[in-house]
Amino acid sequence: MAINKENYTRRDFIKNSGMIAGGVVLVSLLNPFKLVFATKKPVGIGKWYGVGIDIEKCIGCGSCARACKIENEVPNEPFFFRNWVEQYTIMNDGQIKVSSPNGGIDGFKQPVPDENIYKTFFVPKMCNHCAKSPCTQVCPVGASFESPEGLALVDQSYCIGCGYCVQACPYGCRYIDPQKGVVDKCTLCYHRLEKGLNPACMMACPTGARIYGDLNDKESALSLFVKENNCAVLKPQLNTGSKLFYNALSQEVH
Amino acid sequence: MESLYEALANLDGFIYPNEIALNWDLLIVMYPYITGLVAGAFILASLNRVFDIKALKPTYEISLLTALAFMLVATMPLITHLGQPLRFYEMLITPHLTSAMAIFGFVYLWYLMVVLLLEIWFDYRYDMVIWSQQKKGFMKFFYKALTLWISDTSPESRKTDEKFGYFITVIGIPSAFLLHGYVGFIFGSIKANPWWSTVMMPVIFLFSAMVSGIALVMFIYMAINYLRRKKTDIFCLDTIAKYLFYILILDFTLESLDQIHRIYEADESFDILKILVRGKLFFTFFIMQIGIGTLIPITTLGVLQFKKPRERTRKILYLIISIFVLVGIFFMRWNVVIGGQLFSKSFYGFTSYKVNLIGGTDVSLSLLWFIVPFFILAFLIWLLPPWKKFVEKTN
Amino acid sequence: MPLQVKRLLLAFAVFIAIMLVLKYFLTPDSWREYGAYRGKALTEISGKEAKYVEMETCAECHDTIAGLKTQGLHVSVQCEICHGPGYKHADDPDNNDLEIPRERQFCLRCHTKNMASPQDIIKQIDAVEHNEGEECITCHNPHQPWL
Repeated sequence: MAINKENYTRRDFIKNSGMIAGGVVLVSLLNPFKLVFATKKPVGIGKWYGVGIDIEKCIGCGSCARACKIENEVPNEPFFFRNWVEQYTIMNDGQIKVSSPNGGIDGFKQPVPDENIYKTFFVPKMCNHCAKSPCTQVCPVGASFESPEGLALVDQSYCIGCGYCVQACPYGCRYIDPQKGVVDKCTLCYHRLEKGLNPACMMACPTGARIYGDLNDKESALSLFVKENNCAVLKPQLNTGSKLFYNALSQEVH
Repeated sequence: MESLYEALANLDGFIYPNEIALNWDLLIVMYPYITGLVAGAFILASLNRVFDIKALKPTYEISLLTALAFMLVATMPLITHLGQPLRFYEMLITPHLTSAMAIFGFVYLWYLMVVLLLEIWFDYRYDMVIWSQQKKGFMKFFYKALTLWISDTSPESRKTDEKFGYFITVIGIPSAFLLHGYVGFIFGSIKANPWWSTVMMPVIFLFSAMVSGIALVMFIYMAINYLRRKKTDIFCLDTIAKYLFYILILDFTLESLDQIHRIYEADESFDILKILVRGKLFFTFFIMQIGIGTLIPITTLGVLQFKKPRERTRKILYLIISIFVLVGIFFMRWNVVIGGQLFSKSFYGFTSYKVNLIGGTDVSLSLLWFIVPFFILAFLIWLLPPWKKFVEKTN
Repeated sequence: MPLQVKRLLLAFAVFIAIMLVLKYFLTPDSWREYGAYRGKALTEISGKEAKYVEMETCAECHDTIAGLKTQGLHVSVQCEICHGPGYKHADDPDNNDLEIPRERQFCLRCHTKNMASPQDIIKQIDAVEHNEGEECITCHNPHQPWL
């Protein structure tokens, strides 16, 4: 133990540690406060998809969730959804009841008698296709990525099924497919968009409560929807850059 | 699937439909637990070498071999938990650099290859050369291969070993901090989950890792001496216990600070977390983690600092405390990993998680990955017995 | 340089070389085409078959019903919401029949009374009081409903 000790003292140890810490500081000074999100928005070229949902038009029929399950072969069990509908009921005593039986696919029942209801409404939920998506940020292998059009997609032949993105999504929009062992999520029906068709949920909506569009095009349906309505996104405090805009969103909705 | 339907039937409030399935099960609890044991055991070895605490000398090699034994399986809980385990190599081939998890493979390799293996190699090189000369047949070849066919036993070569071994240890301490602080960051950087998302997470993970690693080495040291029917060096045990006491206090302070901060700030997630901690986590948090894992050991060790009962009593106390601490830290990991998934990110309700004691793959695999390191350790101790090392007489 | 260090460096060099070779051969070919992911994944995802064919395709054959529908309140309701995805039927109509739901419960998915549904957008009926036990389609033509 006593050999050559004078070369490596405790002071040296502190010095070494200090150098490492200093190096880290130096590197961060060279590029201070750079964001470490997985994607950068391409400037001004191509499409940049977003979604708009008008809560005032949603009748809670669940057609969107049903069509999505069929179109995208989502497992039938009530634990896996690419989109679903929630029913919010705020009672006169201030209590908030939320329910989404089987994602709303089989329709809703109002458990609270009308006279006790202060306010009630449906909220359809789906992937927010965030611009600063926390889910693609944490994928360790680059199987979850944001497409050049701004859609958060999953490369299922490359996904390792670690579930980190499921944890990172603040909106609960991802699930692990029990058969495939990989993660699955809404693609905004990328395969339909490319064929000129509407996403299954938007096609199925009987009241036109859901729209999608190009945010780069200021004349697109979505851009006008956002302009003309008082829109809000879910959990804005998390700075996810959500591109799912709700009209008439109540503050009780998380 | 039946357990999911059971969870669905027992839903408490509202939860996003995709959140009913709890994706990170017992195996992910084992992962920070085992990694923490590695980092902690290594820190104990470094206390002896870098900070020159001579009383810890009898545990130096044991700590290193323990760290190595657990390190070799540290990734297994992760890999076996993957939905596609055979694709794990992608993390090393195409690491996605914005992900906290992607770098784990490299931090792991760095720690295993550059720190642990090298330190053990420099420490044992001279002995392996001597052993290779004494043995015959396959074992002779095996030891020779382990020395990388270097048979130099000159005093200069031993000086080199010592010098580089020391240097590696010095690098090793920040590396051990990095390894486990990093595991904490994997959880602490998830802004979607308020139970995880705290800057304190890496620090808390680090100190709890040190606590559990030290307790593990204390336990293994006593167990080895019992099996070999040798007398345990009580002075060494007292010293380990002293450091365990200090670090336990630090760990408890940091965790309390985190919780006090959370309680005082009481942000939007506080209401749901309050119900979580008082309800579903009551047993694992208050009784197992804080009671058995922290308060009882701190009190006992604190008393032992001032009042020293007979040697035999102390040994029994140390044995009990080391087991208590190991159990407590396991439940600390449980509370982080499972607790963080029990409540809905909508803050309106909870799902439930039951361990399938019979027939659940997560339980059997978790047990497997906890037991295998002990067999590896037995093999390593047989291969590189610390008590057969050739101690320098010059000192 | 001491012998041990030389050997170790050699061992590490071999290890790193193996890793680099593996990295070279195992990296998928369209990696980093657009970003840190497989560029081919985009075409794989977009290449999937669409199951809902949308109203224009239905109207190619069922033009009378489509015409009827444009005059009723169900004008914005896609055929496939009730009849299910039509991709197989559109390809081979003789061997793939679509579903024709007739149950009361089916209509009530949308039309059941619920305070959460906006009253001005959808006609809602109280399922208990309104002609209990009768199928809705005995009075209402689903392709051109009246009040």
